[in-house]
Amino acid sequence: MSLPVSIPSSRARSVLPGFNLTLGYTLVYLSLIVLLPVAAVFLRTADLSFAEFLAVISKPALVASYKLSFGASLLAASINAVFGLLLAWALVRYSFPGKKIVDALVDLPFALPTAVAGISLATLYSKNGWLGAFFEGVLGIKIAFTPLGVLVALVFIGLPFVVRTLQPILEDLETELEEAAASLGASRWQTFVHVVLPVLTPALLTGFALAFARAVGEYGSVIFIAGNIPLVSEITPLLIITRLEQYDYTGATAIAVVMLVFSFVMLLLINGLQSWSARRTGRTL
Amino acid sequence: MSIQVSNISKRFGNFVALDKVSLDFPSGELVALLGPSGCGKTTLLRIIAGLEQADSGSVILEGEDASSTHVRERQVGFVFQHYALFKHMTVFENVAFGLRMKPRGQRPSDSVIADKVHQLLNLVQLDWLADRFPAQLSGGQRQRIALARALAVEPRVLLLDEPFGALDAKVRKELRRWLRKLHDELHITSIFVTHDQEEALEVADRIVLMDHGHVEQVGTPEQVYNQPATPFVYGFLGSVNLFHGRVDEGGLKVGDATVPHQQSNFANGAEVFAFARPHELDIVTDPAATKGLGAKVVRVLSFGVSSKVELDGSGSATGQHFEVELSQQEVQKLALQPGQLVRLLPSRLKLFERTHAG
Repeated sequence: MSLPVSIPSSRARSVLPGFNLTLGYTLVYLSLIVLLPVAAVFLRTADLSFAEFLAVISKPALVASYKLSFGASLLAASINAVFGLLLAWALVRYSFPGKKIVDALVDLPFALPTAVAGISLATLYSKNGWLGAFFEGVLGIKIAFTPLGVLVALVFIGLPFVVRTLQPILEDLETELEEAAASLGASRWQTFVHVVLPVLTPALLTGFALAFARAVGEYGSVIFIAGNIPLVSEITPLLIITRLEQYDYTGATAIAVVMLVFSFVMLLLINGLQSWSARRTGRTL
Repeated sequence: MSIQVSNISKRFGNFVALDKVSLDFPSGELVALLGPSGCGKTTLLRIIAGLEQADSGSVILEGEDASSTHVRERQVGFVFQHYALFKHMTVFENVAFGLRMKPRGQRPSDSVIADKVHQLLNLVQLDWLADRFPAQLSGGQRQRIALARALAVEPRVLLLDEPFGALDAKVRKELRRWLRKLHDELHITSIFVTHDQEEALEVADRIVLMDHGHVEQVGTPEQVYNQPATPFVYGFLGSVNLFHGRVDEGGLKVGDATVPHQQSNFANGAEVFAFARPHELDIVTDPAATKGLGAKVVRVLSFGVSSKVELDGSGSATGQHFEVELSQQEVQKLALQPGQLVRLLPSRLKLFERTHAG
């Protein structure tokens, strides 16, 4: 009796089929949606000589806007990392009335059209607004039409990123770890710092990176509250739009290149930090 | 250190996990809390550790009421079923954790910590793994590291929650023996929770049998195995054959079959449960025999020192399943065939009164 035996082909068979198809699709899709527009930005900028490029991107108003955009974004992402962690902790660890509503509210900055958010923030924090009247009238702190206003808007839109990336990790966190730490004599604070936080760090960094990336590119919610005073509260995306409105496409793409490179370097750094923390804990990515 | 618990009750919603449990754990003993899952043994252990609060009752450690003491201050070493090692720390740092977390005034110097950690790692025979991360260890190694970590803070009591539950059979057996040896060296009062009766019988000085939030029996392995106090204990420790019967002159009536039974403390006519271990049943192949329970041979399993015969009850015992253990010679002499009708005669029976018709 003979059984049909298939002769193994020269190509090694994978247990998971579809590698060629999915990789091909991924590459084409990524090229069309991401790489092509980015390449166009660089190509357009290449119309300028290097000296011209430097001259365009180093105007004082622009340099001030870089500082504001990236500085405020980093600060906003840091604020979100701290308070997002608190919020995620409260939402995962405790049950309280209205928890579902709070949970849904977290997504609001995602769902709200950015212009709507911008206008409501501007009204709220302006001199006559509810919060603005308090801060300006009582404490003497001007929020609307200052860099502080930009920060407020960026904190608002970045919040969901940290909360949503932390929530699943917190839900999976074994309570046994904390019990073990307590039985070994660690205080609540020691347990948090030495046991809980290291587990959360990778997710916290991811949330931070996402919130930062979103904040750098944010336009709609910021421009209303920022007031757009040159050298004080102009963000870089606004200056790109200004160039576009003046039909200065090359100038616009030159600024875009600066933003792209800077954002890319920042995200690379954060990724590096993540894999370093992963390696340090003996996990492989 | 001695541990006493008195009148501990604990409910989870409508489920009664512990119902007025009182126990005494003498100093230096290794005690097993044994019972099926959901019997309350883990809850009791967690209450002793301070990881759970009892609804009522008290935990007394070394004569002092510790009911309201936080787990941090109870000085108990706790070992979890799933190890609960800190994954982002090396084995060394895991073991050093308890020492590093001490308040600044009591914290030993780095060199003292290093000495102590290596000494503990040597004790669990894993010093060569000090720089590894938990993810790189096998289950048995992880549990030994977890034990070293618990011992680092010099606990007054060691509490182990199904310490070998997540390990495979061979490693489990090895670690059991190792735990017993370790306990003989350290003599630290230890309580471990298990649902594996063999594990409890093999390792523990004393066994506490629990069921449905009650303590069924407390005793040495020999006591609970040879003199089970309740039908539950009898059934839980090892295989059993069960008969429902009525005490009658000179024996036990099971349906219309009669089983001889000598000493009986029960009045004639009393409804009883009768238990016999597999080795306490004899097989009679003589078709003319009148005494004993009718049964049909299903399978003969002959490997190891003794053979096992599986039988289905016939006649009044229909629907029941029996297991008989015989020596290889006896099995050969009987030459049993599957489907053969035989009679079962118990050489020893343990009777328990049936309290409610069931």
